[in-house]
Order: sequence, then structure tokens, then C-alpha cells
Amino acid sequence: MLIGHQPKEFLLAVEGLTVSFDGFKAVNDLSFYVDENEIRVIIGPNGAGKTTVLDLICGKTKATSGSIQFRGKELTRMRENEIVKTGVGRKFQNPSIYDDLTVFENLEISYPRGRSVFGALTFTRDAAVRDRVHEVAEMIFLKDKLNMSADLLSHGQKQWLEIGMLLIQDPDLLMLDEPVAGMSVSERAKTAELLNRIIKNRSVLVIEHDMKFVEDIAHKVTVLHQGQILSEGTMEKVQNDPKVIEVYLGH
Amino acid sequence: MTDNRFVNRSELIGILVLAVFLVVVLPLTLDVFRLNLVAKYLTYAFVALGLVICWGYGGILSLGQGVFFGLGGYCMAMFLKLEASSVENTKIQSTPGIPDFMDWNQITALPFFWKPFHSLTFTIAAIILVPGIFALIIGTAMFKRRVGGTYFAIITQAVAAILTILIVGQQGYTGGINGMTDLRTLKGWDIRPDHAKIVLYFFEVGCLFVCIMIAQFVRHSKLGRILVAMREKEDRVRFSGYSVANFKIFAFCIAAVFAAIGGAMFALNVGFMSPSFVGIVPSIEMVIYTAVGGRLSILGAIYGTLLVNFAKTSLSETFPELWLFGLGGLFIAVVLAFPNGLAGIWGDYVQPRIDRLIVSRKPKPEGWTDSSVADGAPAE
Repeated sequence: MLIGHQPKEFLLAVEGLTVSFDGFKAVNDLSFYVDENEIRVIIGPNGAGKTTVLDLICGKTKATSGSIQFRGKELTRMRENEIVKTGVGRKFQNPSIYDDLTVFENLEISYPRGRSVFGALTFTRDAAVRDRVHEVAEMIFLKDKLNMSADLLSHGQKQWLEIGMLLIQDPDLLMLDEPVAGMSVSERAKTAELLNRIIKNRSVLVIEHDMKFVEDIAHKVTVLHQGQILSEGTMEKVQNDPKVIEVYLGH
Repeated sequence: MTDNRFVNRSELIGILVLAVFLVVVLPLTLDVFRLNLVAKYLTYAFVALGLVICWGYGGILSLGQGVFFGLGGYCMAMFLKLEASSVENTKIQSTPGIPDFMDWNQITALPFFWKPFHSLTFTIAAIILVPGIFALIIGTAMFKRRVGGTYFAIITQAVAAILTILIVGQQGYTGGINGMTDLRTLKGWDIRPDHAKIVLYFFEVGCLFVCIMIAQFVRHSKLGRILVAMREKEDRVRFSGYSVANFKIFAFCIAAVFAAIGGAMFALNVGFMSPSFVGIVPSIEMVIYTAVGGRLSILGAIYGTLLVNFAKTSLSETFPELWLFGLGGLFIAVVLAFPNGLAGIWGDYVQPRIDRLIVSRKPKPEGWTDSSVADGAPAE
């Protein structure tokens, strides 16, 4: 199914990844590889283990066995904040933003500087920070809402804000968990446009149910079922795979 | 809002109002006895200030701040006690030159850990470092293992109980349940007469404002915003590349150091230190001061401390048995009805009215004049 075994060429190489929760294998001997600058979409029915895969990569859940190599570094043994520093960013399923802070402050916290305690104490909001925050805010359509408290944003705007918080972090691998869930049609179109703009010079791993949206953005699709890969390839190939139609797309 | 300034204008006014209240109004209107009571109350304000950072901003509820208050207080009391136990002061003892309670407990030589407390420099360093390092150890042990919330609160209570038992049990080294009494002089300067009480009061207020400025600095730094962010979405902060545990440890340590400074001030102003300020009940009372004042407000916590303590003094004189029920009821009422305490009531109801009044009466840009400062004074 996969070509060769040279993890060096891949940005992310997941091999033999297994996690078991009290004997239930949520992810079972999973292997897949993500190239530089690739948009990979993971689809699959509920409970297929999609979110767990992202949890494993970003360190939220510890793997029972297997390896996750990112640019040749083993992530399974690293702490969450170290994984972030190697260049992996993660967006959660529900918009995970800081309601009590302003949009500006939300973005500023993700700016990759002053991440230690004393770094944060002595952090100054200089021109570089301000410019970058404005630049990202413009990208995520929130330029004129910078001083607004984040809890006043709409659901879609919150999703964008979290994407913006990841952008400012400038990760090499961006992982998005259902970025368009709960969005209106026009918001979806804008999000697709946003994602297409921000994938330059980075790889993106997306979990999504919206097939129209998947078609718009995916380079390659991985279908998960019961913690294992059911099918992998281009959207067209996956959509015509009888196994996929049976367990997922057929419904 | 978008600037990294230390204090903004309305906060500066608030601080000035508090300064006028503490430095001018109270000393002019109260007799020395009452002023000394205020000094005692203000020692708890240090603890409340630390809790604003730790609990209000960081969301870490510590029910054991009495531990740090006590550690700071005992460090200061040990120095003062040694000075009061000079050979000529204690010549009637079987071993002159050691604190009286040691003599009563058949201890014949000063224990090794008491010896450095002959030095004031060492004592001042110990007041900061002993509680700071102790908080660092507890914080590291808890937060690195991701113990938080209720579990953390319970553990801090346990620590408070353990320390109380330890102090009471080791009577010969600590003075036991009576604590360290009969503290007399600081470097030869008598701390007991009225004029000394007044000097100590002003010294304490000075220290309090230094701590307020430190708290302001922390709050307005990015660290302050990270604390707020952490309180809301801990995972988001963690996956933005921060070590959440380190930030919690920092907040806990700074609260501990503030509490310890308060404890040291207590020993100086009140003239004794005892385990009754270390245990679970005083620790919870300190949380109530913060809750009543407003756990998100640096100045609110100070007014809350003063108000609850004034109420405690006047009510417990009249209804000694009922007072504790009143305090408990007050805590429940504040949490249910006004989760942001006095500061919340002030910000939601009083401040907007004053603002409107100023805008409607004098529309010139310098709306903040003497009259508005005077209006702002009785925040309690």
C-alpha cells in the first residue's frame, strides 16, 4: 500500500501505532505517512479513532505501542509543550479559545515567544508581535474585532480564531479537528478559502465529515474504521472503494 | 487594553484612593489601638492579594495559605524572640540566653536551626525563601502530576493541618500551642509602645503597596493573561507550547511569598505568633476575605479583608457564638449572589453610575477630579 520504508522523506511517519483503553483498542496497529506540504483528510464513522489519532500525535494521549516520527524525532516520548516546539499545532473539535480575553490577546498568547515563566513575565508587545497579530487577524477575517472579547464572537468566528492561534504559532504540521462543523454555508466556503491559503509551506492533517469540504481541500484521504485504515488514496479512489461505501459513505 | 502598561488610569486612581485611605484617613481618624487593629487586618490583606493571583487569575484554590502566613510569621518571630531572650533578660532561667519556652521544656542549648535567626538579614531572606521553596516543592509535586482543582485544595488543607500539629507537638522548639509570645525589640528598637506601632503600621502599608505593584505587574504581563487563559482552557495553553505546571507553580509561589510577608508583618505588629494562624480555619477565612472583596480584583481583596475583619471584630464582641455562622453564611451568599465580590458589585453597579454622573455633569476630558476621587473612596 505504501511506497518504501524511508521515514526520512516524510514529514510525519506513524508506524504500528496502537492505543488501548482498558483493553479496547481505539487505534490498532495504524501506519500512515504524511508528505511535506500535503493536505491529508481523515474520515470515518463515529468512534473510528480519528480524534484519538490526533490526540496521540500531539501527546494528549500516550500510545500503548508504536512510533510517531516527526522530521525524524520520536514524538511518543515527548511532553506536549515540547511537541508544540518541534512544530506540531493542534486545533480542537470544539472551538478552544479564551473567552475572557480579547481576540488580540488570544492571538498574542500563541505567538511563539516568551513561553517560559520568566519569558512571559518580561514579554513585551513590540512591533513584531503587533504586526504578526494584525496580519493573522486579517487572514482569519477578524481584523476589525481585535479588541473585542472573544466570547462575543460567533461560533464560526471562534473556529477561525483558533485556526488563527495556530497560524501565529507557525507549525510545520497543522492538525484540525472538524474545522467546519457547525458552520454556515458561506462560512464553510470562507474556511476552505482560508485553509487553501494557509497550507503553503506546511502540511495539514484534517478530520472532517463534510464530504463536499473534503473534496475541496484534500490531496489524499485516509478512511479509518475501528481504529484501522480501511482505505487510503485520492478522494476519487476512496469514494469508489466498495469497502468505504459499505461502512461509511453508503449511509 | 492593547498596551502592556503596568497600571491603567482607573487602576491608578483606585490605588491612590486606597493610599489616601490607608495613609491619611485611617491614621487621622483612629486611635492607636484601632490603628494597630487595622495593621493586624492588613497582614491578611497580603494573603488575600496572593490569592487573587493564585485563585482569581490562576484558578488554583489553595485552602492552606495559613501555612505560608505561619512560616513567614514564625521566621520573623524567631528573630524577635531570640533578641528578647538575651542573657540578661533571661537570667532567672536555668539556661539563660535561650527562649523561655525552651527552658520550660528542659532544652539546654539553642537548636541548630534557630542559630541563623540571630541575623536580621538571614531572617528577611528566610521570610521570603522558606515559604517560597516550600511552595515550590508542593507545587512541583502536585502540578507536575496534574493534580488540580478540589484535590489540590484538599491537599493544601492537609498540609495546614500537618503543620499545625507539628508546631503544637514540638513545644520545645516552637513554643507549642501558645506560640511565641513576649516579643520586644527589633535591633534594640522597642516595638511595643504606641509610636512604634504607628511606625510599623506605615512600614506595613508601604510593603503592601510594593506587593500591590508586583501583583499589578504580574497581572498586566503576558503571564497574567496566560493564567487567565489556563483557568479557562488549560489544554489550549498546553498545546500552544506552554508548560502549564510551571505557570501554576509560579502563581502558587508568589501567593505563598505574599502570605509569608503578611505573616512577618503580623509578628511585628501584633507582637506574637501562634499556631492558631496556621491551621485550616484561618486558611479558609483568608479565602473568604478574597471572595468577599472579589477574587479578580487586587484592590477589592484588600477592601474585602478590611471589611470582613472590621465586621468580625465588632460582631464577635457582641455575638461571639454567632460570628462563625455569620462568616460562613457570608461566604455562601457572596459565592451565590456576587461571584465577583465587592469589586464585582462596584464594577457592575456603582462605577457606571459615577461615570454617567461625571459625563453628564462636566463633559470636559479631565472628568477625574477631586470630587470623583472622593466618591471613589468608600469602596467597602
